[in-house]
Amino acid sequence: MVEEENIRVVRCGGSELNFRRAVFSADSKYIFCVSGDFVKVYSTVTEECVHILHGHRNLVTGIQLNPNNHLQLYSCSLDGTIKLWDYIDGILIKTFIVGCKLHALFTLAQAEDSVFVIVNKEKPDIFQLVSVKLPKSSSQEVEAKELSFVLDYINQSPKCIAFGNEGVYVAAVREFYLSVYFFKKKTTSRFTLSSSRNKKHAKNNFTCVACHPTEDCIASGHMDGKIRLWRNFYDDKKYTYTCLHWHHDMVMDLAFSVTGTSLLSGGRESVLVEWRDATEKNKEFLPRLGATIEHISVSPAGDLFCTSHSDNKIIIIHRNLEASAVIQGLVKDRSIFTGLMIDPRTKALVLNGKPGHLQFYSLQSDKQLYNLDIIQQEYINDYGLIQIELTKAAFGCFGNWLATVEQRQEKETELELQMKLWMYNKKTQGFILNTKINMPHEDCITALCFCNAEKSEQPTLVTASKDGYFKVWILTDDSDIYKKAVGWTCDFVGSYHKYQATNCCFSEDGSLLAVSFEEIVTIWDSVTWELKCTFCQRAGKIRHLCFGRLTCSKYLLGATENGILCCWNLLSCALEWNAKLNVRVMEPDPNSENIAAISQSSVGSDLFVFKPSEPRPLYIQKGISREKVQWGVFVPRDVPESFTSEAYQWLNRSQFYFLTKSQSLLTFSTKSPEEKLTPTSKQLLAEESLPTTPFYFILGKHRQQQDEKLNETLENELVQLPLTENIPAISELLHTPAHVLPSAAFLCSMFVNSLLLSKETKSAKEIPEDVDMEEEKESEDSDEENDFTEKVQDTSNTGLGEDIIHQLSKSEEKELRKFRKIDYSWIAAL
Amino acid sequence: MGEFKVHRVRFFNYVPSGIRCVAYNNQSNRLAVSRTDGTVEIYNLSANYFQEKFFPGHESRATEALCWAEGQRLFSAGLNGEIMEYDLQALNIKYAMDAFGGPIWSMAASPSGSQLLVGCEDGSVKLFQITPDKIQFERNFDRQKSRILSLSWHPSGTHIAAGSIDYISVFDVKSGSAVHKMIVDRQYMGVSKRKCIVWGVAFLSDGTIISVDSAGKVQFWDSATGTLVKSHLIANADVQSIAVADQEDSFVVGTAEGTVFHFQLVPVTSNSSEKQWVRTKPFQHHTHDVRTVAHSPTALISGGTDTHLVFRPLMEKVEVKNYDAALRKITFPHRCLISCSKKRQLLLFQFAHHLELWRLGSTVATGKNGDTLPLSKNADHLLHLKTKGPENIICSCISPCGSWIAYSTVSRFFLYRLNYEHDNISLKRVSKMPAFLRSALQILFSEDSTKLFVASNQGALHIVQLSGGSFKHLHAFQPQSGTVEAMCLLAVSPDGNWLAASGTSAGVHVYNVKQLKLHCTVPAYNFPVTAMAIAPNTNNLVIAHSDQQVFEYSIPDKQYTDWSRTVQKQGFHHLWLQRDTPITHISFHPKRPMHILLHDAYMFCIIDKSLPLPNDKTLLYNPFPPTNESDVIRRRTAHAFKISKIYKPLLFMDLLDERTLVAVERPLDDIIAQLPPPIKKKKFGT
Repeated sequence: MVEEENIRVVRCGGSELNFRRAVFSADSKYIFCVSGDFVKVYSTVTEECVHILHGHRNLVTGIQLNPNNHLQLYSCSLDGTIKLWDYIDGILIKTFIVGCKLHALFTLAQAEDSVFVIVNKEKPDIFQLVSVKLPKSSSQEVEAKELSFVLDYINQSPKCIAFGNEGVYVAAVREFYLSVYFFKKKTTSRFTLSSSRNKKHAKNNFTCVACHPTEDCIASGHMDGKIRLWRNFYDDKKYTYTCLHWHHDMVMDLAFSVTGTSLLSGGRESVLVEWRDATEKNKEFLPRLGATIEHISVSPAGDLFCTSHSDNKIIIIHRNLEASAVIQGLVKDRSIFTGLMIDPRTKALVLNGKPGHLQFYSLQSDKQLYNLDIIQQEYINDYGLIQIELTKAAFGCFGNWLATVEQRQEKETELELQMKLWMYNKKTQGFILNTKINMPHEDCITALCFCNAEKSEQPTLVTASKDGYFKVWILTDDSDIYKKAVGWTCDFVGSYHKYQATNCCFSEDGSLLAVSFEEIVTIWDSVTWELKCTFCQRAGKIRHLCFGRLTCSKYLLGATENGILCCWNLLSCALEWNAKLNVRVMEPDPNSENIAAISQSSVGSDLFVFKPSEPRPLYIQKGISREKVQWGVFVPRDVPESFTSEAYQWLNRSQFYFLTKSQSLLTFSTKSPEEKLTPTSKQLLAEESLPTTPFYFILGKHRQQQDEKLNETLENELVQLPLTENIPAISELLHTPAHVLPSAAFLCSMFVNSLLLSKETKSAKEIPEDVDMEEEKESEDSDEENDFTEKVQDTSNTGLGEDIIHQLSKSEEKELRKFRKIDYSWIAAL
Repeated sequence: MGEFKVHRVRFFNYVPSGIRCVAYNNQSNRLAVSRTDGTVEIYNLSANYFQEKFFPGHESRATEALCWAEGQRLFSAGLNGEIMEYDLQALNIKYAMDAFGGPIWSMAASPSGSQLLVGCEDGSVKLFQITPDKIQFERNFDRQKSRILSLSWHPSGTHIAAGSIDYISVFDVKSGSAVHKMIVDRQYMGVSKRKCIVWGVAFLSDGTIISVDSAGKVQFWDSATGTLVKSHLIANADVQSIAVADQEDSFVVGTAEGTVFHFQLVPVTSNSSEKQWVRTKPFQHHTHDVRTVAHSPTALISGGTDTHLVFRPLMEKVEVKNYDAALRKITFPHRCLISCSKKRQLLLFQFAHHLELWRLGSTVATGKNGDTLPLSKNADHLLHLKTKGPENIICSCISPCGSWIAYSTVSRFFLYRLNYEHDNISLKRVSKMPAFLRSALQILFSEDSTKLFVASNQGALHIVQLSGGSFKHLHAFQPQSGTVEAMCLLAVSPDGNWLAASGTSAGVHVYNVKQLKLHCTVPAYNFPVTAMAIAPNTNNLVIAHSDQQVFEYSIPDKQYTDWSRTVQKQGFHHLWLQRDTPITHISFHPKRPMHILLHDAYMFCIIDKSLPLPNDKTLLYNPFPPTNESDVIRRRTAHAFKISKIYKPLLFMDLLDERTLVAVERPLDDIIAQLPPPIKKKKFGT
């Protein structure tokens, strides 16, 4: 057995697809996106992820097509390497080790052996554009340390750098300055826009830059929404520019079409503007693209555009400004209020997505399944407006019910609160709004939870609020006289001395409800809604509350804001143990007794996995993330893993995902997921090297001998060829990779079996001879019936052939088993 | 420093005429401007943009075209069908010739300057040969169906382009036949029935024709093949004018929306020789139609219905970025239109076709500094004197005693005597005025109202004796030895002994009125005189020039005064020199000989010669009123210039008596309110 590697934190998905500009392939079939540490290859027609190019050990910061070979892709990363990929097969071809952090990547067809990268040296805020010479070598890893300086004091974003007119010059923008470097003359022109503090010039900052593909024209976007077309920029004095102004907010990106006849611009308005011939009067619009446009890309063939949006979406647009495909990752441009949830039906991760929506996100395929519109109102994409926010969501047992809470608060005393309950409809395979409750509480709702016991007769929902009450809502069926409509009504209102209710949680069997009122935990009977007991630890306000599961169902755990974790025994109504731990996230595993807690310290976030029955944790891992962890969730595995190590058994039945403050979705993994992916590429390599294996030579010789025999017995040619092809032992030898082959003992037995198969063929030769003799006799007897006898002979031949094949295959299997045992005994004798 | 009671006069209902044509002369750096009432003005761009020459208008002369020809000759043509040449020395119209094609819409001089081309209403293009004295009709070109609205010569002089309604024609000059006829697209914001008027054409040396039309398009045509090369839609309204730089790397167009667009010829790439025209900058300095544009080597010049003349420098052509590279906007004339009768407190306002006589109001109240006093008696409109005939008034004057009014047109001179009986005025015209007084450029009465001085456009200076109800011609100062030079400005000393006159060549002559002979000549200065006056008692002549210099010349001593030498040695404050409107009037305080009062359109200043001059570090503009400072600090920082900027724009300011000033103001809002409304543009967000 292979030794198990250490558990490490991997960025498993939900990375930004809109971090850098997407790149099209030369034939527009694929689109490449930076996705965290990986590069993802999508099909532009089917929107599916075709390949994931992984190999970088840090954030990928730039991707470019190889201008000399359009079937290859360059990528650069913060790990200091540039990698060359074959994207059709998903194979890493070459790695160039540069050494320092690379922040962007540019390629030019004219610079055949060089690429341009953005690096920062010595000081953290000073970035430079340098060219890296890529040495030609046959090895897979090459050092590329030869850097040439091009421009200094540039912006680190690749949107602020553009190469123009087939590599004659490069333009860089930063704040109020535009610099143009001419490669042949090695001179730099610098232009400054007015940056005075008056109202007119205060927003002249440059935001992005693009160059015309054939003409000497630089397009720059500005913070005030203007686009300036710069011409005659060879001289600091004779330059001129034209203004195009439609955007009312900053221009986020610019791109010229391949022929240069159109200029594309986008910004916060979610509108893609095409300026035909770069003139003010000739504009085309593609509106309502959903979110702020972050990047614009144009395919080298010129038939497709794509826009990257701030809600982690890529829209592929045809030349006639029609959206043709949408690639949606985890939506992550806003605050996550609902936390991480798992839809019990689809096993999808559910969390805040587009404004007013819940997004259902597939963890296996790193793809958004769909959006559920909760608020159902028009969202105005403008700065400073107070919108309705989706703050809480919860799923019922088996995913039949979904509860959502939305609120809007413009002033201190004006709170608009609304709770909606959604029912899963099997016909439409979606959620339908069932009940809408206005102002269920007088203050913000702090917790929301369904009773998930399988035995319960009625679906039950509990809401806790800052107004000092928790309310129990049940599904009733007496809304009309026909008793066919069902709706949710309030069944019970509970409080405890007007303290603010902060958390609520049902026990596993649904018999008990735990509600925390600031520093006090109360236990309620879910049948009679009677207060059973209270735990007054006075250790601080309760932040997290959960029951233990399975064998630990008698325990109740609470984490306070003062950094104390308490465990109470419900049978004895006493504190079992407590520990000093600043818990930020506490989640129980639904399939085991384990509970995961993430604590926050000054260095980073630490993970603790423990059972409630004892205070000693099963597993500790420090520094899982440098930033603050906000949400976590256990996801049940489809197929349970089998970790032999006791420290890793908490990952057997569920996988733990957590979301950081920068909304990166991370998980814990050994290397086995990587090993599952790498064998495919190794198999490809192995298949290529098949002709060179020794068994090929042996089998080739064997085939040559058979050919010689076939020459001797031409009449029996058809009979023998299928036999050789259908022998399973030989086919296994051919198709099995070398590292998967069993030991030499098995190989020896298979080889012997192949020899035995040739003997059987000899025995098969005797039967046709008898048939021939019978045929001769029949021909001698009756000359009149020659035609009929010939037909009978043909049918008899074919029948005999089939029978022979079937018999041999069956006999082969039996004899293989026998000979395997016999071979073992021979080895033992040796 | 005394305090004054100020009459703020705002009932001067002056509205300048809109600008119809501008023509730039590259050799002399002068700009000719024609207005909708037929007036033609000539600005000297080298002399701080001073309006140095002025030709009065005519009701029937609506100028449509203006151009310079060889030898600094200026021609105009208009809807009355006449071609007129202007005498730039005598400041009159040399002759007028009928082109016999109906109204003339366009005119262009050949690149060599020896031929003149006019486009007429009947569709004919007429070629004239420019002879030294006149122009000579040569031949007609092929007649077209519609009127010829714009003309342009090829720089080689072999072909011309003519813009008409819905098409552009290319003519061969030698044969006079149309080589190409290019149809202009009628598309106008989706409405295709409207005719497309080609308001302007320009013919470049590489064969490109640039046309501007009423559909808002700037189009580039190939004259060799007669095809459309490129089209720029730049406005939702007419594009009315075009002007190309001499180097043909830049041109400017004016639109009916008030925007001026700048086009530049830029290379496509740095390696190739291919170039393209790119619209670079819009300028929004006008509120109404931009009827005409011009292109000097360093600036774009535009004018239109809103009566402003705008000089916008090209920053890439200016070598040094200093005050000379600033935007200039000229609205008011650089001469005085108001005269004052100090004794009777009357004001005479000069309009194009009438004069208005007003009596100022009075008050009995007193108040503190800066107060507005209520009127006990309102201003009174005494007289409305209309001219006869279509000619515009050139100049006018009222005598200091208020008994005489004189004005002149091109063909006649009028003198009226006013009789005052209690509150009534009776007017009596003096008949039988001599013919040599017509076409006077300047009229001035002596301080005691017994003599009338008339500057004629023939260069003569006439003195007329006025007594009782009659006049007698005393003397005429003739110009020196053969040069015909029109006198533009007159100044007379209060004691009646001295008369000063300045002409178009910037010379100032001083005459002795008693002895009827030339006394002396002030040394020549490069810049023209904008205002001058003779001080009482000292008889010093104060001269203001267009470059904002002020000189003081002692007439008895025949030399500059010591104060003037001190000023020239030290130099004026740089803020004083950076004013962009000329001084149009100078007066003196009767009891304080050390004070000089002068004003331009935006400033009123009293120069106290007894105080030291300010240097460049001193604040030129005093805080007003200076009540917060102590006397010691005030005396330490005091200097000769006392400037007030609270009146704007200021057309006239004079001293009525020792303690009373009169200021005639004309706010720009009142002028704009009387212009026709601009084209409607939808405001964003409404």
